[in-house]
Amino acid sequence: MAGAAGPGRVPGAAGGDGDDSLYPIAVLIDELRNEDVQLRLNSIKKLSTIALALGVERTRTELLPFLTDTIYDEDEVLLALAEQLGNFTVLVGGPDFAHCLLPPLESLATVEETVVRDKAVESLRQISQEHTPVALEAHFVPLVKRLASGDWFTSRTSACGLFSVCYPRASSTVKAEIRQHFCSLCSDDTPMVRRAAASKLGEFAKVLELESVKNEIVPLFTNLASDEQDSVRLLAVEACVSIAQLLSQNDLETLVMPTLRQAAEDKSWRVRYMVADKFSELQKAVGPEITQNDLVPAFQNLLKDCEAEVRAAAAHKVKELCENLPVDGRETIIMNHILPFVKELVSDSNQHVKSALASVIMGLSTILGKENTIEHLLPLFLAQLKDECPEVRLNIISNLDCVNEVIGIRQLSQSLLPAIVELAEDAKWRVRLAIIEYMPLLAGQLGVEFFDEKLNSLCMAWLVDHVYAIREAATNNLMKLVEKFGADWAQNTIVPKVLGMANDPNYLHRMTTLFCINALSEACGQEITTKQMLPIVLKMAGDQVANVRFNVAKSLQKIGPILDSSALHVEVKPVLQKLGQDEDMDVKYFAQEAINVLALA
Amino acid sequence: MFLKLSLRAVFLGAGGGNDIQWCFSQVKGAVDDDVAEADIISTVEFNHSGELLATGDKGGRVVIFQQEQENKTQTHSRGEYNVYSTFQSHEPEFDYLKSLEIEEKINKIRWLPQKNAAQFLLSTNDKTIKLWKISERDKRPEGYNLKEEDGRYRDPTTVTTLRVPVFRPMDLMVEASPRRIFANAHTYHINSISINSDYETYLSADDLRINLWHLEITDRSFNIVDIKPANMEELTEVITAAEFHPNSCNTFVYSSSKGTIRLCDMRASALCDRHSKLFEEPEDPSNRSFFSEIISSISDVKFSHSGRYMMTRDYLSVKIWDLNMENRPVETYQVHEYLRSKLCSLYENDCIFDKFECCWNGSDSVVMTGSYNNFFRMFDRNTKRDITLEASRENNKPRTVLKPRKVCASGKRKKDEISVDSLDFNKKILHTAWHPKENIIAVATTNNLYIFQDKVN
Repeated sequence: MAGAAGPGRVPGAAGGDGDDSLYPIAVLIDELRNEDVQLRLNSIKKLSTIALALGVERTRTELLPFLTDTIYDEDEVLLALAEQLGNFTVLVGGPDFAHCLLPPLESLATVEETVVRDKAVESLRQISQEHTPVALEAHFVPLVKRLASGDWFTSRTSACGLFSVCYPRASSTVKAEIRQHFCSLCSDDTPMVRRAAASKLGEFAKVLELESVKNEIVPLFTNLASDEQDSVRLLAVEACVSIAQLLSQNDLETLVMPTLRQAAEDKSWRVRYMVADKFSELQKAVGPEITQNDLVPAFQNLLKDCEAEVRAAAAHKVKELCENLPVDGRETIIMNHILPFVKELVSDSNQHVKSALASVIMGLSTILGKENTIEHLLPLFLAQLKDECPEVRLNIISNLDCVNEVIGIRQLSQSLLPAIVELAEDAKWRVRLAIIEYMPLLAGQLGVEFFDEKLNSLCMAWLVDHVYAIREAATNNLMKLVEKFGADWAQNTIVPKVLGMANDPNYLHRMTTLFCINALSEACGQEITTKQMLPIVLKMAGDQVANVRFNVAKSLQKIGPILDSSALHVEVKPVLQKLGQDEDMDVKYFAQEAINVLALA
Repeated sequence: MFLKLSLRAVFLGAGGGNDIQWCFSQVKGAVDDDVAEADIISTVEFNHSGELLATGDKGGRVVIFQQEQENKTQTHSRGEYNVYSTFQSHEPEFDYLKSLEIEEKINKIRWLPQKNAAQFLLSTNDKTIKLWKISERDKRPEGYNLKEEDGRYRDPTTVTTLRVPVFRPMDLMVEASPRRIFANAHTYHINSISINSDYETYLSADDLRINLWHLEITDRSFNIVDIKPANMEELTEVITAAEFHPNSCNTFVYSSSKGTIRLCDMRASALCDRHSKLFEEPEDPSNRSFFSEIISSISDVKFSHSGRYMMTRDYLSVKIWDLNMENRPVETYQVHEYLRSKLCSLYENDCIFDKFECCWNGSDSVVMTGSYNNFFRMFDRNTKRDITLEASRENNKPRTVLKPRKVCASGKRKKDEISVDSLDFNKKILHTAWHPKENIIAVATTNNLYIFQDKVN
């Protein structure tokens, strides 16, 4: 092998005097600068192998300087690099040398691609924990300051994520400097940096002393919450949740609530949307008293906001808000202050608002109890069941179980049926598909009698739908129904109808029979399968359409294990053998496959 | 604030209320009269510092010029613009579903605010917007383990130690790489793109709709304006241009073919179908003609740098609107009023549909727009003086002061005047750009880019 590699030939492995173990590493290192991105990426992902081979000294003095300069590479390579470096402390010689990893991560923290920067920041946060307190102040804090005062906003945005990790372990003078830097980023010229600062405000507040939170963070928060750009203001809502958790009720009232009230009435719908979207978190953060005095009225306004996006976000939170109210007096608040507004939304002009409400409104019944549900909620459910928008009706139907527990489904069944029938016949097949998926649930709630009487015919009608996806879903639906109602029920109500379709002039319907048999045989058991289904399947082996014939072969393969061995050998085997001689290639193929699987050869 | 004030002081100092004397500086592009279609310049745009100047052409190419560092020995000449990077931004495509050819022509270029050492710009053709990164590289890695720098493989037995590559300096290389492709969001032709002052979103407008994008998300955009009627036969107007306010991130305007401008507030609702302001000047009944509607169509709208005013260009005039006054413009400048009597022939040769653009100078005190015969016009808003200049190769010695041109509207033609009938309507200046801080302008004639600057004494 030694010296065998001629010019132009890729050498197989190092031999002779060379060190065998070096060769794969050499390849990895060379591929760090290969033209193929995939190979570079591969090498970067094995960076720890390279570092291990080089040893800590050479990793620090040669590999890291090289990596610091590779920022020209593709995003995916840089992303992988940023991730790798977060776990590199051991490979550069342990915590004493952790600061050697800062230069490459610093340059990664300034690239334009947000995902790469975020990953670099994540790794820096990881590494900060491995710094000794001395190293933290000597190396890490200066890095944060450099980033925080960088020329371009990319570096300043990255800095925002690093304050909270170095603050707790810094000395008090450095702490003051860190706070000062964060403060100036909160009033940066570019909205990008203000947004980054606003989104890290809550996290930073958590590691600060309570006094600093009150004296420094709250003013920053107030400023950001009244920023000229609504994209900044809306992030302050999130910070509000974290800050509120840190303060006493009194401080909360004087320091945070004025800002929150203002946000709930902001001129920009995006800010109000954010308040609606974060409502449950806010509710938990400010506690029951402020919720009752401030948030409930604010919520009423959000429910009747002029922008549909805001109403929809608020409608989504109705149930959670009610659930999280203190049990004491909950019913009164809901009945007097929430429900009147919910009633309005039932006839909202926007379908997204109605459908958001429909997805949670049923949940109120468990909170309000039987009487209130019947008197106040039921009319709303019924109205939504008749809504013109199918999504609203579907959302009500999909949550029926909540009501069932409280008042039983009978109360609804009169209105339920027309709604279901209408959805079942909707012109859009996706709507039909959605309602089919709720059939097993409905069947369980309504019971076998009601089902046979009203819904069974629908389930059978779907079997001959002109859209394949519906026929397929209908088949699966039958299987679930049989699992629920048992084999006897199947034998009496479903199997005859399914088998009847075997004589349908449309070959697609004949195939549906086979698909149903595939799905049902197991649930129906050996007797029904052998006595009722098998003869039909065997008869269909003579179908004139090849697609039907090879599906017969597939069905036989599927139901074979359920049959006893005499039926298998006496009845199935000859048919499969005949199909094995079919003129159609596919039929032959599947017949042969069935013979092999069933071991009938 | 300080920056803006000092900037204004510089301008006042330089201009001192006197008119600027414009000198020829450079001309780019082929000299011969035989113009290749692909070489026709379709957009011109300075970046935010003015150090870079980008042009797009009908061939889908983007050419970026960089201003040379000021030469110490020649104090009176500012740095020239030289080619920095050239790349093919768009290729011709074919939409198989609609059997439509999609031209590669670059309709608009917009620079992003600088975010790191690299530069970014958006370029768009009729359908697809692309985000480009233009970056410099001056180092390259050296040293392999298993092969020589020239690619010959080493005998692996000689590899006894590992080599880590090192970066060595090399000649400066400028690379343009596509970073994002924003496609499949426009049914009609994109006429405008504009970057929001929030630095993270931008809008793109076609004939009937305006979409809002996030600069980092390519698979989804939000429709914020849709003027498509349910029945296309009821279509009476189209969107001609759209722009974001320079510092109020929730405000944008769009202009229409009916001569109106709508200002929308994105805070009010998610869909901005209802405008919050409508800028419209009542039509002068005495000027009413068959062409009234065509010539009132707005071909460009630009906010002033201050954000207080906006300028619109229609076929014959430039109008300045105060955002606080909707019923009429605060200033109206006639660009080539002498063409009013020629509208019939301009209609016949389709020139009446030319889309002239307009631009502000850095301090918002002067506006510029193009005309025919390679003339372009400037209007000083303070002195109310206007000037017509010509982009031509005739006096292209550097530092030659451009002579003002005059078109004689009717009757006796004085010396140095050009009669309306001898204007060449094939030579038109549609695209111009003004350096954001200095008196340097870029003017695109058909396939040439002229750069002029004020005379420095």
